[in-house]
Amino acid sequence: MKKRKMYIRMITASLLRRRTRMIIALLAITIGAMILSGLVTIYIDVPRQMGAQFRNYGANMIFTSAEGDISPEDVRTAVSVIPSEKLVGLAPYRYETVRINDRPVMAAATDMEGAKAASPFWAVDGEWPEEGGQIMIGKNVAATYNLKPGKKMTCSYLPEQEDVMDNYMDFTVTGILDTGGKEEDYVYMSFEDMEELTGESTAYDICELSVSAAADELETISQTINSSAPSLTARLIKRVTQSETTVLSKLQALVLLVTVVVLALTMICVGTTMTAVVAERRKEIGLRKALGAGNASIVGEFMGEGMILGAAGGLLGSVFGFIFAQSVSMNVFNSSIILMPWLVPVTIAASILVTGLACLIPIKSATKVDPALVLKGE
Amino acid sequence: MSLLELKNVSKIYGDLHALDHVNIKVEKGEWLAIMGPSGSGKSTMMNIIGALDKATEGEILLDGEDIAKKSAAALTDIRRDKIGLIFQQFHLVSYLTAVENVMLAQYYHSLPDEKEALEALDRVGLAGRAKHYPSQLSGGEQQRVCVARALINYPEIILADEPTGNLDEANEEIVVEMFNKLHNEGTTLVVVTHNPEVAEVAQRTIVLRNGRVDHETVNENFTGKIKHITLM
Ligand SMILES: Nc1ncnc2c1ncn2[C@@H]1O[C@H](COP(=O)(O)OP(=O)(O)OP(=O)(O)O)[C@@H](O)[C@H]1O
Ligand SMILES: [Mg+2]
Repeated sequence: MKKRKMYIRMITASLLRRRTRMIIALLAITIGAMILSGLVTIYIDVPRQMGAQFRNYGANMIFTSAEGDISPEDVRTAVSVIPSEKLVGLAPYRYETVRINDRPVMAAATDMEGAKAASPFWAVDGEWPEEGGQIMIGKNVAATYNLKPGKKMTCSYLPEQEDVMDNYMDFTVTGILDTGGKEEDYVYMSFEDMEELTGESTAYDICELSVSAAADELETISQTINSSAPSLTARLIKRVTQSETTVLSKLQALVLLVTVVVLALTMICVGTTMTAVVAERRKEIGLRKALGAGNASIVGEFMGEGMILGAAGGLLGSVFGFIFAQSVSMNVFNSSIILMPWLVPVTIAASILVTGLACLIPIKSATKVDPALVLKGE
Repeated sequence: MSLLELKNVSKIYGDLHALDHVNIKVEKGEWLAIMGPSGSGKSTMMNIIGALDKATEGEILLDGEDIAKKSAAALTDIRRDKIGLIFQQFHLVSYLTAVENVMLAQYYHSLPDEKEALEALDRVGLAGRAKHYPSQLSGGEQQRVCVARALINYPEIILADEPTGNLDEANEEIVVEMFNKLHNEGTTLVVVTHNPEVAEVAQRTIVLRNGRVDHETVNENFTGKIKHITLM
């Protein structure tokens, strides 16, 4: 018979025959491996998950142009650089000064669906405009003119040629916009209405984008856009991207810390169990030594048992870890996690490593057993 | 040249001389018994001969080689290659079967060989118990497994420290009978015992007292068979 076969027979028999203790150690390793693989999954997936969450806080990229106007074609070219699943919202804006009751007010033309997606935090009392002749007005404008949703109003526009009469257009107010910012001083209408009111074809002044990507990816995207569409300039809204990065790195540090603590606890538990096992088996160790087992053999046998426990715990842990990460993700982010197959061998290797480290001290004490002493007593 | 020779061997614990300048010679193929009161140093001596323990001073010549000053690793090699040990408390690995316990000695010595291990169990009359765990065997059967394990690697010398101490008369006789077989095959035996009947079977008996050789007797009419003193 091969030596290896006997070796495997010995360590498996030893594990199976000392089931209760081994189950405790296995449980500790499994839980450790589960937390490890689960948290690593979350750690890696969290930027993706959080990115989607962060998009609730509005645009993180902006297009401007040195020439003033941005043509819709240029925007289309620039946007094609962004992977479509990452583009959450695209809101182009054109600003003109109009008059309400002969007082100037800033009017913005935009794509309502795009604005809604790019600025999900905008609170509208009433409805967003859906068809021509409808208008959404900022809270301050509403207060100034005492307007409410459903009321009619008239905007006038003075074209640049001085010998031309003012243009007038009637609107129905659909909603009052509350953002806590300068938007409360504006009125919002569709591009079609703006063209009708001004009698001019409208280009964009500015484009706001909400892109679901981490800060460094955004950086790459904006650089690509700047080199491929030279007529416009893509900039990141640093206030938004930076706070995202800060929150993310704090969250990831927390996840890392928890992982390290759990691994340390696993190590302590496995180490304690192994110490108890070695203490229980002092006689057996002494006997093996009396039969001519060298220290290397003793280390090999106990390490073998530890490795098997580590591998089994790692395998179980990666399965439970995925379930754990999945349920965390469903509960916290309401979306499912991406399965990462490479994490299974990594978790197993890490469990074996942690178990091996935890076994070092107990095994060292096993090699110190004096056979003459332990074999003597009852 | 003697197989084993102790020259002025002492073992000192603090100020206790467990062995005090002991001189003993054991010839190849000899069957030697060691007796003496409790605490006289019998086990201490056996552990030193068995390379499990080191003497404080003196020389221990095994096969003409002094093992007294050897390193722990070298002593492990000597135990593995030259010595078969039998203890009073059996000492089997509880989670291995009888045959696996015998194979354990082969495993450390050279290569495990199940067939050979089964033959050794057959020699001690346990062929039918090979797959039993120690807890499923009687004390006598366990000790016979230990004997099979001690002889499996054909050691130069078998050291038995009170091998029948925990056995009843019937099992005692079986173990002594096995020693007789081993002796007839030329194995050197050193057997520590409290039982005069077991000592009398041997060719020679050394009696220790307070760590010294008190006296020795030679069995003139050696047969290798146990003679029970039966009370009529
Ligand atoms: N590790 C030790 N430390 C201190 N003293 C020891 C140690 N081992 C043995 N002794 C002492 O050495 C002496 C001899 O012990 P040993 O075990 O050799 O006696 P023994 O003849 O085998 O006795 P028994 O018949 O009871 O087995 C005893 O007094 C014992 O207390
Ligand atoms: Mg003793």
